[in-house]
Amino acid sequence: MNSTILTVCRKEVIENSRDRRTLFSTLLFGPLFGPALFAIMINVMISQALSGAEEDITLPIVGQEHAPNLVAFLRRRGVEASADLESLEEATAAVREGEHEIVLVISPEFPANFRAGGDARVTLVFDPSQTRLNLSTRRVRGLLNAYSRQLAFMRLQARGISPLLLRPITIDEFDLSTATGRSVILLGMLTYLLLFATLMGGFHLAIDSTAGERERGSLEPLLTTPVARADLLLGKMAATMCYMMLSLTLTVAGFTVALYFAPLEQMGMSSNFGPLVALKIILILTPFVPLGAALMTLVASFTKSYKEAQTYLGLVLLVPTLPLIIATFLNIRPDLSLMWIPSLSQHLLIIELIKAEPLNLGYLGVSTTSTLLFGALLAWLAIRLYDRERLLRQ
Amino acid sequence: MIRVDTVAKRFGAVEALKDVSFTARNGRITGLLGPNGAGKSTCLRILYTVLAPDSGTATIDGIDVVADPIAARRKLGVLPHNAGLYPHLNARENIAYFGELQGLSRREIEPRVEALLVRLGLTEIADRRAKTFSQGERTKVALARALVHEPSHLLLDEPSNGLDVMATRSLRQWLRELKAEGRCIILSSHIMQEVTALCDDIVIIAHGRVVALGTPGELQQRFGQTSLEDIFVQTVAQT
Repeated sequence: MNSTILTVCRKEVIENSRDRRTLFSTLLFGPLFGPALFAIMINVMISQALSGAEEDITLPIVGQEHAPNLVAFLRRRGVEASADLESLEEATAAVREGEHEIVLVISPEFPANFRAGGDARVTLVFDPSQTRLNLSTRRVRGLLNAYSRQLAFMRLQARGISPLLLRPITIDEFDLSTATGRSVILLGMLTYLLLFATLMGGFHLAIDSTAGERERGSLEPLLTTPVARADLLLGKMAATMCYMMLSLTLTVAGFTVALYFAPLEQMGMSSNFGPLVALKIILILTPFVPLGAALMTLVASFTKSYKEAQTYLGLVLLVPTLPLIIATFLNIRPDLSLMWIPSLSQHLLIIELIKAEPLNLGYLGVSTTSTLLFGALLAWLAIRLYDRERLLRQ
Repeated sequence: MIRVDTVAKRFGAVEALKDVSFTARNGRITGLLGPNGAGKSTCLRILYTVLAPDSGTATIDGIDVVADPIAARRKLGVLPHNAGLYPHLNARENIAYFGELQGLSRREIEPRVEALLVRLGLTEIADRRAKTFSQGERTKVALARALVHEPSHLLLDEPSNGLDVMATRSLRQWLRELKAEGRCIILSSHIMQEVTALCDDIVIIAHGRVVALGTPGELQQRFGQTSLEDIFVQTVAQT
């Protein structure tokens, strides 16, 4: 490597290591924020899933005296029947006020209709727009259906008819998703957080070494030294890449630790996130580092001040995430024709890795080559821009 | 020696330089004198190659600044207008960084930085971060930075800007010493006294043209007046 590039790179690395803003974005923001957010999300999802299925629920029942057997059935299945509501009107009001998620109303005609073997009705009062996930509603409805089915079976049996008549088709479920496969949706967010942390690592330096340098008035003296502007810019990009690599490595390490402690198994998931996978993820994402550095430097070179650069770069941080969002919505699967798209290819490769699929070296080759070429193109554009006379004009 | 020959430069609709020619010799201090916006900075910026002239030529020791800007810059020590330092580097590091960019080895740089710190009276602040410096300290360090490779030519854009009386006085002393070492020095200024006190040759620039040029003695003879300020006002008013 050219010694000027090395000189510039070393100076930028040293100078920025003394800047709190760089240290915050590189060492703290990415590596801590991402994994912490992730761990919290997993824990929230797990607690919600568990609470909905297992916890006892309280169900106000109006007119319990009309159907004591039904109430007993519900009680046996973990429903605590409360009797603090007296009428359908009260029930409606209580649900509307949000006091209760769901109320069961048993009408006075219920016993007569029931005994006649006719159309015995109960009413469920609920507001799906107000409740979270409608877990209680689903559960109560499921229990009522179960009770209804149980009665039907008993009545048919009493008449000497096989209850199987009521079930002409039996559905056998054969779930092909593996425990690791199920974790993919959640872990798909991982690539976004990794790309974000990688970019954040170089965010401050990319601005400081271009727009910041101009704003401070140190750019003009720098340009009077007998070195090529391309070397100056390449040195600055190299320093940006150092911090991005550092941030990427720390963030992957952070995720490895966070996922080690996350109770993924409780969700029927398993994570194969170990040191080897972590290394492979770094390998996959490394070509993205020069691309990101060139992109941020290019954009920051356009701008007049630190603040302006910050605004534009904030938008730039979103660009690599667009392919990921589209991929998640369309449920895109890895394909050779997609591997040339930077950020999307890394996303797909990492998902495969997390699914414990073998790393497709052909895909990796295309992804790496294309990402590096895009990076080179952006770096070339940035150098062209840096070579223009207008660089100095404010 | 620096030669500027019929240089013109325009920024959009603004003609910053219309026709500027002068020569700055070695062992002399040449002052570019003119009101604000006269084109002094543009002229210096063309010499230190961050701007390219639209027409005309400029050479430093015979090296054309357009044809070979890097070779031309190698001959130059430059103090741009309002030059900034790196706030998180100390004085020593700020100077040494430019030494490295000038292609000096670390072994060469260390004694030179030390000597410059002593010469400019910066030893006390040598290890302090630049963000804590006063304007005078900043200018001194920027000057040391421009001198670290011992350039044969010095371009200083309003060097006494923001300096107090004592600092201005010592700046003049250093410039005389540098001149005595045989260097070619060009400085720009809009301050009459500075130019009278310091310069061997004076180039008065107004509205992008050289309106008068010569030693202080020659100028006085030609215009028949004693004060340089009168000459300045007179020449600027004529254009």
